[in-house]
Amino acid sequence: MPTGNYKIQHHQHDVVVVGAGGAGLRSCLGLSEAGLSTACITKVFPTRSHTVAAQGGMSAALANMGEDDWRWHMYDTVKGSDWLGDQEAISFMCKEAPSAVIELEHYGVPFSRTDEGKIYQRAFGGMTTNFGQGQAQRTCAAADRTGHAILHTLYQQSLKHNAEFFIEYFAIDLIMEDGECRGVLAWCLETGELHVFWAGQVILGTGGYGRAYFSATSAHTCTGDGNAMALRAGLPLQDMEFVQFHPTGVYGSGCLITEGARGEGGFLTNADGERFMERYAPNAKDLASRDVVSRSMTMEIRAGRGVGRDEDHIYLHLEHLGADILAERLPGISETARIFAGVDVCKSPIPVIPTVHYNMGGIPTNIHGECIGSAFGNDTEVVPGLMAIGEAGCVSVHGANRLGSNSLLDLIVFGRASARRAVENAKTKPLAKRGNNALFEPAISRFDHMRYSDGGVSTASIRLKMQRAMQSNCAVFRNQQVLEEGVDEIEATIERLSDVGIKDRSMIWNTDLVEALELENLLSQAKVTVHSALARQESRGAHARDDFPDRDDVNWMSHTNARLNNGLVGLSYRPVVLETGTTEVETIAPKARVY
Amino acid sequence: MAEFRLPKNSRPQKGARHNSDLGMKSPRRFEIYRWSPDSDDPPKIDELYVDLATCGPMVLDAIIKIKDEIDSSLTFRRSCREGICGSCAMNINGVNTLACTQPLDDLGDVVRLYPLPHMPVIKDLVPDLSHFFEQHRSIEPWLKAPEIVSNTERLQSPEDREKLDGSYECILCACCSTSCPSYWWNSDRYLGPANLLQAYRWIADSRDEETGSRLESLNDSFSLYRCHTIMNCTNACPKGLNPGKAIGEIKSMIAKNES
Repeated sequence: MPTGNYKIQHHQHDVVVVGAGGAGLRSCLGLSEAGLSTACITKVFPTRSHTVAAQGGMSAALANMGEDDWRWHMYDTVKGSDWLGDQEAISFMCKEAPSAVIELEHYGVPFSRTDEGKIYQRAFGGMTTNFGQGQAQRTCAAADRTGHAILHTLYQQSLKHNAEFFIEYFAIDLIMEDGECRGVLAWCLETGELHVFWAGQVILGTGGYGRAYFSATSAHTCTGDGNAMALRAGLPLQDMEFVQFHPTGVYGSGCLITEGARGEGGFLTNADGERFMERYAPNAKDLASRDVVSRSMTMEIRAGRGVGRDEDHIYLHLEHLGADILAERLPGISETARIFAGVDVCKSPIPVIPTVHYNMGGIPTNIHGECIGSAFGNDTEVVPGLMAIGEAGCVSVHGANRLGSNSLLDLIVFGRASARRAVENAKTKPLAKRGNNALFEPAISRFDHMRYSDGGVSTASIRLKMQRAMQSNCAVFRNQQVLEEGVDEIEATIERLSDVGIKDRSMIWNTDLVEALELENLLSQAKVTVHSALARQESRGAHARDDFPDRDDVNWMSHTNARLNNGLVGLSYRPVVLETGTTEVETIAPKARVY
Repeated sequence: MAEFRLPKNSRPQKGARHNSDLGMKSPRRFEIYRWSPDSDDPPKIDELYVDLATCGPMVLDAIIKIKDEIDSSLTFRRSCREGICGSCAMNINGVNTLACTQPLDDLGDVVRLYPLPHMPVIKDLVPDLSHFFEQHRSIEPWLKAPEIVSNTERLQSPEDREKLDGSYECILCACCSTSCPSYWWNSDRYLGPANLLQAYRWIADSRDEETGSRLESLNDSFSLYRCHTIMNCTNACPKGLNPGKAIGEIKSMIAKNES
């Protein structure tokens, strides 16, 4: 029996969207436009979601700045994914990209412009023309604040369409019945009440879990709550071993410096002042894929060529671009460098270090956003009533390594697709009925247990232990021994959670409790991440193993599916989808990946 | 008679003293506003010390350190920690700003943390911004132009696009509005600098076709004209924007339309 006495408010909707970042808002917008009764619940005010921090832009083969073709974009994305991305999903995304970005412009996104008045597009890593021949300018930008511009615009459109928001509500758990998702239990921070949202369909747009690591560009709120809810519901998480390190996080604070900085002509140097990327990627140089650049930087530092007092970071140079270009195209990161590194980018290089940035892994879905992989072990079956989009989902368009500017695209394309499919599904589904209380009582017990936890260990100390373990044992380079240690460390950290104690017992704005629940969420994801990484005996994309340095397409061209069952990690594998799903483009066969 | 003092149950009292500076290499004293909706007690000012030698450079780093190591019940909003999400707006030594971009080194011996002024407090440093966001909705902050069925973008010259610089970057942190004495007094009907800047963002957008009606809707004695060019807004903006100037632009456009 719970210690607390909880009054529950019940709601019934066609669809409940959890999360109000780019994907959640785009989905919500489509649902509201179609007249479905939609609730969007979010733990932060919509414009505070982490999409707001995306800088460089959104890719789409508009060909505003030179010849382009969505098939080239597809080729780049498949190659970027190191052939772990599903080609049907990738061809769908790249083909939908131009209409997705044009739609955003019609919504009012303040894109930067070319002299002709078209959307300005910049160069980005791994984005090429003619199947790898030249450098493409494909990334649609609003200066270096593209995520901010898009997120605010989507919020504004949601206001226009009277979307129903439940703001500063913390989602506790999915409500599942016989393998079907029936709704969500959430906690209103302002009033302290618990709410059950019964829904025909639940769409998770809850983002990534960068905060499982010590140094991340991710916001404090990036705790992957949707992923963790899926795990608790017995559902799989896919490809969790693939964690992207962004080459240019500010040394110390971890704040993001966009890849667009290199797209506009910036470059990296080591302690000898050498442009070392020329050695690692003779063609693409500083605009190779993120995994390649992050590995190269790490190797330079390991070889004793790091800069700074401790020789442990790298310089990013923008001085040569000139004050005008910096002010026009990179004003945001100029400000970030000044505030967080004390650097005037017109005069000095920015100290940078590869920093955790994005989770390629997430809840497996089909191209409509519907979750696949049941609680009963089947890896291809659709989970009725549940969808996942954006960083929370794994379609998989990013495979083993995401290309810069494909994330904003992913949000919009699959946010839109999920709305379309939910509208379609709703035609055959009556408004959600209230279910039995027994369906959510275990979630309330878990919540209550944490609320009254009085052990001697603080949330912060357990979180720090987890973050340090992930940073040391599941980083840019991995091997058997380091990963085994990581598994042990994370298991030991999870043990400590049983001794956690919080101080605040209130139901109103109890962030002591929110952080403890978020920590529990992070720990389960950290656990499946290290287990998935330990199991994968090859190097592919962001998963680089010293002991298995090569990609192994014979044994490992498959997605990892990780489930948690009574605290034990169960892994299964699903082959990569090579069919493109269209006659317009042929399968891009695996080959060596060089930049 | 106007009430110039806070009601009795809102006047802060002396709160807990959590620690001393004993053994700290670089101690900094913090005074933090605390209030809990779960009790009838008036707000309190807690005192404590943070060792800056083991703390990150920003005020938010110190607040997180306090929550992690000294009092986990301390309540505040935070998210991106890089000045783009607008969550951690608060009053720091009398100035509204973002805790995440305010260096501790620029502050004096004592750091005083209060919630954004003149807003209802939900708990500790968390103000209730719902009225502020309701006003944001009221200016209809979305592109108004006939829908186009086209697979190309609306064209906008770089010069026209440049007119949005200085307004589209607003992060809705509310630092400016809650620093404005006129907004303190008349926030029921005066829109305040942040939302007027948002209104201007659409008035200035060459793609928007409702400039006239947007100006018309602001043309009453309260929505716009309670701005008395005090300019606290522009001083406060942590993004370096100039809401005061945007308000001036709106006023002059209305004046031109009327002449």
